[in-house]
Amino acid sequence: MSQSTRLSSESFNAPALGRRRESSQWTIALIVPGILLLLWEVLSRVGVFPSNLLPAPTAIAATLWELTASGELLGHILATLGRMLLGFALGTVVATVLGALTGYSPVARRLLDPLLQALRSIPSLAWVPLFILWLGIGETSKFALIAVGVFFPVYLNLMTGIQGVDCKLVEVGRVYRFDQFQMIRRIFLPATLPSYIVGLRSGLGLGWMFVVAAELMGASRGLGFLLVDGQTTGRASVILASILLFAVLGKITDSLLAAAGDRLLYWQDSYGAHR
Amino acid sequence: MLQLENVSKQFKNSFVALQDIDLTVQPGEILSLVGTSGCGKSTLLRIIAGLEHPTLGHASINGEWVSAPHPSVGVIFQESRLMPWLTVWENVQFGLDAANQPDHQSITEQALAKVGLSAFADSLPRQLSGGMAQRVAIARALVTRPTILLLDEPFSALDAFTRANLQDHLLDIWNDDRPTLILVTHDIEEALVLSDRIILLRPNPGQIHREFTLDLPRPRKRTESQLQRWKDRLVEELNLSLIERSLTEV
Repeated sequence: MSQSTRLSSESFNAPALGRRRESSQWTIALIVPGILLLLWEVLSRVGVFPSNLLPAPTAIAATLWELTASGELLGHILATLGRMLLGFALGTVVATVLGALTGYSPVARRLLDPLLQALRSIPSLAWVPLFILWLGIGETSKFALIAVGVFFPVYLNLMTGIQGVDCKLVEVGRVYRFDQFQMIRRIFLPATLPSYIVGLRSGLGLGWMFVVAAELMGASRGLGFLLVDGQTTGRASVILASILLFAVLGKITDSLLAAAGDRLLYWQDSYGAHR
Repeated sequence: MLQLENVSKQFKNSFVALQDIDLTVQPGEILSLVGTSGCGKSTLLRIIAGLEHPTLGHASINGEWVSAPHPSVGVIFQESRLMPWLTVWENVQFGLDAANQPDHQSITEQALAKVGLSAFADSLPRQLSGGMAQRVAIARALVTRPTILLLDEPFSALDAFTRANLQDHLLDIWNDDRPTLILVTHDIEEALVLSDRIILLRPNPGQIHREFTLDLPRPRKRTESQLQRWKDRLVEELNLSLIERSLTEV
């Protein structure tokens, strides 16, 4: 939401006002988490929370620092990000091709969509054993799992987005005697972009879920491995530190996508753009 | 020359929108199709535009049967139908790529100037008022230099003042190239101010009820007494067309 605020304030030529409003929003948003964090710290120090199960925030920060200083953490983060990136790219590409096909061509839709919808109703984690059996415990099965997670939201949003394109605009293209290619490039592509970006963002969210699952099922590197490691060695602070990092990485990547989306969708006249 | 021969249109739900329409429109003529809702006037326009196919009969432009949108036809819809992701300038240019016009820049510039929106070239559609958006739509239709311009209730969503303004504007634009104008409207005054000829359609099924030729000089004042008399006559005919219909139904 902060991105859309920035965008609208720019278009109304009042950046100063917008920035002030945005910073005050940030401060407000920090009040409750700040109080909770303080409470947590105090209660841990006093001994209300057992430190081996719920260590204090400062203890988690110390663990993070240790991991960073030893150089271990960067390796884990890069491993996770790498898997995520590849799986996301793979899932997105396949979903884009199939979504565009089924959205645009009724024949392809009748042919492919029922099958894909049936596959969608399989909880994606149920694929894990099969993927491991087929592709081994290594990286390939992890990419595949993440790609499956990313695939469905992207596919579904793209297909419904294309089908939802205003036929009144398509008619304008017909009046100008556009061929199929021009129709797609000049009307369908830009008109579908909003729902495509929604698909990418929810695909990314699911991707993060599946990267955890993939790394939990067996990995020697990555934040998911760190989770398991923390559990087996009884270090709650490592688990909490990994969870925190997942949250941060998820938020950063989503914000990047959202920012790219806002940049591409500057033209939208929506409720969100005017707040 | 535009010709409709024996045009009938029946929709899939077996509703007969048009029946046996015969009509010839001369180059440069301004013709209005007037009637109550459901009389098929919009369908008729869409058939001429090549966006819809008649069940029987055919429309032809200079002897050529219309089976798809014809390159010399421009359409202005009830809604502006601008591409929300394009600026005003890009929207006006929208039809040029397809038409392969050599001198894009100056044609676009001229069209925008004609509708008085040169200053808004970089604006986005969402920043425009309804009247401005419709002017952009007019400019977009003009850039391909259509010899037949079809207008489907183009000003019906606008306030009375903007509407009168745009009607005058349309006449100015028409005066430059003198394309054939075919205007669908349910606003009798609009038809009277603009047209050489008014076709009154009656509904159920859509048929030509009466035809009126107005040889009054343009521009016409809306308050002119002669126009008022015409208006009374047309309203009467419109009512008659409905009464006749309900009588035959009984």
